[in-house]
Amino acid sequence: MTFELPDFSLAAAELWLLTLGCALLMLAVFVSAQRHTLLYGLSQFTLAGALGWVWWSAPESRSLTFNHHYVADDLATLLKSAVLLLTAVSLIYTRSYLERRPHLPRAEFYVLILFAVLGMFIMISAHSLLTLYLGLELLALCLYALVALNREHPPALEAAMKFFVLGALASGLLLYGMSIVYGLTGTLELHTLAAHLSDPASLPDPGSLTHLAWGFALTFLLVGLAFKLGAVPFHAWVPDVYEGAMTPVTLFIGSVSKLAALALVLRLLIEGLGALAVDWQGMLMILAVLSLTLGNLAAIAQHNLKRMLAYSTIAHIGFVTLALFAATPAGYHAALFYILVYALTAAGAFGVLLALSGEHEAQTLDDLQGLNHHHPWLAFLMLVLMASMAGLPPLLGFYAKLIVLQALLDQGHLALALYAVIFSVIGAFYYLRVIKRMYFDTPTHAATPRPARDLTLALSLNGLLLIALGLLPGLLLALTHAVF
Amino acid sequence: MDGVYLSIVLAPLVGALVAGLWGRQIGRRGAQSVTILGVGIAFGLSVWVFWAHVFGGAPVYNETVYTWLVSDGIRFEIGFLVDNLTALMMLVVTFVSLMVHIYTIGYMRDDPGYQRFFSYISLFTFAMLMLVMANNFLQLFFGWEAVGLVSYLLIGFWHQRPSAVHANLKAFIVNRVGDFGFILGIAALVLYTGTLDYAATFAQVEGLREAQVPLWAGYETSLLTLACILLFIGAMGKSAQVPLHVWLPDSMEGPTPISALIHAATMVTAGIFMVARLSPLFEASPTTLSVILIIGALSAFFMGLLGLVQHDIKRVVAFSTLSQLGYMTVALGASAYAAGLFHLMTHAFFKALLFLAAGSVIIAMHHEQDMRRMGGLWRVMPITYVTALIGALALIGFPGMSGFFSKDAIIEAVALSTLPGAGFAYVLILAGVFVTALYTFRMIFMVFHQPPGTRSTSSADDHHAQLASHDHTHDHHHAQPELRTPDAERVLRAPSHTPHESPPVVTIPLILLAIPSVLAGLVVGPLLFGDFFDGVLTVDPARDVLAQLGESYSGIGGFILHGLMMPPVWLALSGVALAWLLYLHRPHWPGVIAARLRWVQAVLLRQYGFDAFNAKVLAGGSVALGRLLWRVGDRTVIDGWLVNGSARSIGALAQRIRRLQSGYLYHYAFAMILGLLIFGLMLW
Repeated sequence: MTFELPDFSLAAAELWLLTLGCALLMLAVFVSAQRHTLLYGLSQFTLAGALGWVWWSAPESRSLTFNHHYVADDLATLLKSAVLLLTAVSLIYTRSYLERRPHLPRAEFYVLILFAVLGMFIMISAHSLLTLYLGLELLALCLYALVALNREHPPALEAAMKFFVLGALASGLLLYGMSIVYGLTGTLELHTLAAHLSDPASLPDPGSLTHLAWGFALTFLLVGLAFKLGAVPFHAWVPDVYEGAMTPVTLFIGSVSKLAALALVLRLLIEGLGALAVDWQGMLMILAVLSLTLGNLAAIAQHNLKRMLAYSTIAHIGFVTLALFAATPAGYHAALFYILVYALTAAGAFGVLLALSGEHEAQTLDDLQGLNHHHPWLAFLMLVLMASMAGLPPLLGFYAKLIVLQALLDQGHLALALYAVIFSVIGAFYYLRVIKRMYFDTPTHAATPRPARDLTLALSLNGLLLIALGLLPGLLLALTHAVF
Repeated sequence: MDGVYLSIVLAPLVGALVAGLWGRQIGRRGAQSVTILGVGIAFGLSVWVFWAHVFGGAPVYNETVYTWLVSDGIRFEIGFLVDNLTALMMLVVTFVSLMVHIYTIGYMRDDPGYQRFFSYISLFTFAMLMLVMANNFLQLFFGWEAVGLVSYLLIGFWHQRPSAVHANLKAFIVNRVGDFGFILGIAALVLYTGTLDYAATFAQVEGLREAQVPLWAGYETSLLTLACILLFIGAMGKSAQVPLHVWLPDSMEGPTPISALIHAATMVTAGIFMVARLSPLFEASPTTLSVILIIGALSAFFMGLLGLVQHDIKRVVAFSTLSQLGYMTVALGASAYAAGLFHLMTHAFFKALLFLAAGSVIIAMHHEQDMRRMGGLWRVMPITYVTALIGALALIGFPGMSGFFSKDAIIEAVALSTLPGAGFAYVLILAGVFVTALYTFRMIFMVFHQPPGTRSTSSADDHHAQLASHDHTHDHHHAQPELRTPDAERVLRAPSHTPHESPPVVTIPLILLAIPSVLAGLVVGPLLFGDFFDGVLTVDPARDVLAQLGESYSGIGGFILHGLMMPPVWLALSGVALAWLLYLHRPHWPGVIAARLRWVQAVLLRQYGFDAFNAKVLAGGSVALGRLLWRVGDRTVIDGWLVNGSARSIGALAQRIRRLQSGYLYHYAFAMILGLLIFGLMLW
């Protein structure tokens, strides 16, 4: 075995994140937690710097390094940029929330967020089963800790415990699936795996024992992936975690981390095991149908907005899974587009909740009641966000749904497309209910204080972007098209 | 050039948005400045574009500036088609709009909705420009609906007045009928051509000539005839042709500046413009042309007659607009598109002028609109009087004035037309000339010349005025004072109040509009018989009546001399003479005649019963049908079973599913293992 020096420059952003993350950790030991602005500023600086490195180190064409364990390509650049931007926005939304709650460990919050971002980066750029798992676990451990961060709040601890146990279970299943794959092919690298499968001679015959082994491998892998995405029936952690965690963490899990989850699926299932599409399509279909059904129906019964958004996430994941199910480049493209749109919208929706959180944490429909009366602009932004989630034209959410349906129809899956549309209509109910509560009901609470200026600005950009990109969907479509 | 065209369209939009969204912050002066600036920019650039196209020989511009989406090969785009026709329309629209903007400063001075008004009229300018500059049906439809929307908003501008709300709803609903036809027409074309683009559609006309559409089982009709008639139904709504004209007289409920801008000069001519723009399609369907000819002629004559019995000065001008739109429509039917457009242009100038002059009179009379209470104003309002007289002379087609050339060209063209119905149309529009002169000078004499107080409003014909279901004159007096001028009530009780000339912001637009009202006719040569519309309008050589006319055309002087020997001029002059006889010389005669011909007057005051028919049969029938459907279909089936039924069952299901989330960790883990097993079972 020869040792060649890896091309570190391709991973410059990861190295930067790691270095500054450790620095922040050290700093937190010496600096008083009261110096919030310093911690906040340094985190934002780290993210901005990482964005610079991502763009600086983006290669002309797809390149591998670290003995083919790491890949840098357009997909990675796009997803990493999205992760960084959304994380930065999340931190803006979060700043005043943390300032109002001095009992929360702030330094740990920022360090964990930065390491979670690092974990996502590794997942996004992973090119072997090993790195995939490494990134996944780094992300997951950070998230467990983040959920449990609010130690004095029992529901948070309960949620963290559930999240951890179920996550460990899913992780174990995923790892088991990976070990079967390794046993069958003797490789960890995704492209060797793909090459192995694309060779018709080595493709398992239906009915053979190898085929059965592949089936087992796929089953275990898919359970792990479905858990990370939060697809039914591996979704049970989602509502509890969303509700139990403090809103900034929910925001992070609900929007940013979904990008990494999709990256995991795209790398493992499409890049690595694309040749076995026929075998995993059926499983994806079950996941999609169940997620659409349960997500939309259960959301109707929720009074807590964070919980409602959790079920709405599950329903959206159903849409993403449907797009992946199509197993065509158009379908993958639709999935990527959908998840980006979803992450942007979800970030905004939790952002509104954070904007409304004074001492009291806004999280139920009652907190939004008559919002138009107190904060008309916030109410308008929430209206845009909800309408986009419901998929009303001309907002961006409409296009996301449209191209998923298009990808399905191109493959002749009319029944599935109709099913998705029907459940979108049912889903529109709970989004519209939020709008109704904001605009047509009289407020019961006193007005919450005016949100910080940077928060309002970021939130306005977030909401208006949905309108602007909805009118000019070509901009984002061109970006995502370039990837596939 | 992209930038220039975009600026022309967007400048008024920006003005409208600023004045509309931040009207309170920037105040009255700010709102008026920003919108006038926006429209001024649009006008300046339009002049430049006109110059570049007409004299500078700029090539026809037909480009897409933005693709909204592509679906199934059909492109939804925003694009501009700028040729001589567009350039002419842009010039007319922006010029009249600019005049109206300036005039509004004076007219709306005391109105609390000042900024809102400026925002609306600027928005209108934007929408109208989008309409005329469109290079595809989508944008045409957008502009079409947008001008309709602004028209609705402006008719109901004084929304505290029930009559204004009634009128704007009426305009909206009647236009719905027209627009329904319009969009069906577009849909029919798109179905067969697969494109929304004008040029691409025109290129396919030859291939579509033979295309047949099954209307119902066993009955087919020509696609082009069907599509063109549907499109023309849209034009009938927007351009107020019989029987979809009923909304226009009521639209006078809006402030006078918009009556000038929207309901005389620009929006109502959108139908005329649309037919001319789509002339390649209409030329392929002679049947449609006959229909257009007859509808136009009916409007031209019968709507003119109604002007004879109105007392509200604005309603007289409104009926005159209906009648003149009829003339333009007739010209389209006779394939004399250029003549129709020429009349559109001259009419835009002199009718805007007449409306604004009427507005000036209304200001002077402290928002009194009843002509019977006016009189003798020519001494106190000399500028308004002279400009109104110019407008009136142009309207009746006095030799040498702009209206003379355009109207004469239309009449001559119809005389030459060989389409079925042309003879009928010719007789009607000829008689219409006489009627036009009669009602126009009836108005001029009553407003400016008759001794004040000649006619008491409680005379015999007031009884009949109440027959007219929409003569809202009386509403005005009651609604007006609290809204606008507190002293209006006093004016009524003391008619001795002395009117005076309006301020310069009012009279300057009058003068500026009077100039083209006189002179615009001089371009008759190049516009009708020259190459101005070459490559823009398509006319079947067999029907090219204007070319036949052009053979004998020998300059302006010859045209006037020829006109003097033809009946229209003499009919117009005898109309003026009769008006003089009846309203100045023997002012008691109209009452006598009315008493003798009571039934005729009743028919005219009821406007031939269109309103009654619409209200009783169409509206009443629809309401009855709606009630039935509501009771059976809506409340029982949809509400009872589908909506509430499905909502109930989904709600119940949701509650049940909610219980799946038990909160116990082992339940969750069990669900995961169950999922794993399901996947595993799928392997078999």
